[in-house]
Amino acid sequence: MSEKRRENPIKAFFVILKDMIKYNKGFAFGFIFLVIALGLTLMSIFSPYNPKSWNVVPKDLPPSFKHPLGTNSVGQDVFWLLTFAIGNSFLLGCVTAIIASIVGTIVGLIAGYKGGIADRILMSLNDTFIVLPSLPILIFLAFSLRENLNMVTMGMILSIFSWPWGGRQIRAMVLSLREREFTYTADSSGMGTFSIVFKEHFPFIIPWIMANFINTILWSIGMEVTLAVFGLSSLETPTIGTMIYWSTQYQALFRGIWWWVLTPVILAILLFVSLFFVSSGITEFLDPRTRLQRIKARG
Amino acid sequence: MRILKRYIIPRIIQFFVVVFVGITITFIVPRFTPLDPVQMTINRVASYGAQYLDAETLEHLKQTLTDLYGLKGTVFEQYVRFWDRLLHGDFGPSLAMFPTPVMEVISNSIPWTLGLLIMSVLIAWLIGNFIGGIAGYFSEKRWAKVLSVIAATIYPIPYYFMALILIIVFGYLIPVFPIIGGLSIGMQPSFSFGFIIDLIKHAFLPSLSLVIVGIGWWFLSMKALSSTTKSEDYVQYAEAAGIPQSKILFGYVMKNSLLPQVTNLALSLGGVFNGALVTEYFFAYPGIGQTLYMAVTNGDFNLMMGISVFSIFSIASAALVIDLLYPLIDPRVRYR
Repeated sequence: MSEKRRENPIKAFFVILKDMIKYNKGFAFGFIFLVIALGLTLMSIFSPYNPKSWNVVPKDLPPSFKHPLGTNSVGQDVFWLLTFAIGNSFLLGCVTAIIASIVGTIVGLIAGYKGGIADRILMSLNDTFIVLPSLPILIFLAFSLRENLNMVTMGMILSIFSWPWGGRQIRAMVLSLREREFTYTADSSGMGTFSIVFKEHFPFIIPWIMANFINTILWSIGMEVTLAVFGLSSLETPTIGTMIYWSTQYQALFRGIWWWVLTPVILAILLFVSLFFVSSGITEFLDPRTRLQRIKARG
Repeated sequence: MRILKRYIIPRIIQFFVVVFVGITITFIVPRFTPLDPVQMTINRVASYGAQYLDAETLEHLKQTLTDLYGLKGTVFEQYVRFWDRLLHGDFGPSLAMFPTPVMEVISNSIPWTLGLLIMSVLIAWLIGNFIGGIAGYFSEKRWAKVLSVIAATIYPIPYYFMALILIIVFGYLIPVFPIIGGLSIGMQPSFSFGFIIDLIKHAFLPSLSLVIVGIGWWFLSMKALSSTTKSEDYVQYAEAAGIPQSKILFGYVMKNSLLPQVTNLALSLGGVFNGALVTEYFFAYPGIGQTLYMAVTNGDFNLMMGISVFSIFSIASAALVIDLLYPLIDPRVRYR
């Protein structure tokens, strides 16, 4: 273990990544799609149109060479709108996931290491947020804030309901790590509590935080779409949710402008599935039994 | 008696914590926003043509509205009065359907949501766990692997997209089922055959979208559980003893894996409820979701508040009931 850690960590990361792409088809699919999505986001820099202005191109054109995904009823190019939408949805997801991961990790660590009454209070608070029906409350919050909604405030609202899953998992992780042999070894060799937590336990916890981070992005993008259906998103900002909102507002489906509705819907489904595969790929990688089975079965 | 102290009382305390925290959030947040609901309503009234209110009437109106929104006095006084009103089931009048009380609007739409939710959750739970349990037991088989890829592809799709896909497929390509409403127009509630068929036909697509996603989730979690249970010593022993496979599968593996799934059912209710709200809006199903959408589009503050509080209370109660039934199913909790 200590031999390995002296290797260049970036190089080690790429070796692991290559292994996972090679042995886990779902992960490979998800990872490749996410790279493509990132590429699309970067393309938005070269967009010839401002995503917030309307009537910049002729309306309701089907896909053609000039407009690869057609144009919509408010005179925007669907393809270039999409490049912005992916970026904004990702931004929202990352804001939510960063806040949620920080809060969840801190809660999980405190509950796991302190135990006793702190654990009981934190975990019952944790379960409370899991049981609460988040949508009506989020709608209520978004409605109260609707003049000030942007990707950052949306992310902050959404993170209220997304930290407890991570918190629960990290607590469970800590509880099992505490009882492991190497913790006792480290403790009796005179290693301080602080360095046991950060040097010995964190390498195990970090992949879980990563898997959770991706899951939170997934949840957050989905929730934004849901809130957008109710018209409670930053409606002038292009996101996957607002693209769907405007296309349903203009009855695109029933007027036969399928390229306007289907583009964000298909994109979102691909995005959800790839995020899920990537996060479950990480979780599976953490479990050496399944990893060995895969390598045995395929290599 | 120990079960009462160790299991039942903590669950009941948890119930009160859920209700308390949830309702406190709905109380605090609107008070931290820059919007003034009183001024908003006055502006609305003004936009309906009452521009020329004299100062005294305006002041009177302001007083009444401040009282109506529970904004009188210090924040603590407001909070106490807020709880007092809630405990009496008084959410004030709905502003969009003035003067119908919020309570009445909610109680008209509750049966629809309840019916849809109970039916979909039960069907998804039963089917998902059944298939998932079998697939986990035969996890080496090819069909089990194919099924888990399908489930893993369906599960991350939000309910909303499932509804949209079903509308595209059934409203556009194969128009068999009605995609709008809870009943045919002019249909009167009765216990006739035609009425029940109509009810089921209208509920079919909304509940299908909930059931499909639900099955994906229950399948995946049950498969993981039962493939772990399968490698337990007692199952290996039973196999070695030559007990029929169907008995091992249903009596040993499934039975033990189902227990955590009951607890998961309580934890997942909030999520399914969210899904039901969106689905209802999509299929114009006359439940809470549709009412909530109407409240948002009309800026009906009281109704939104009422629905939030009501959802918190009902989901927490449902989770409590499931948790309290759990000791009846799991003897380990009873005799711990």
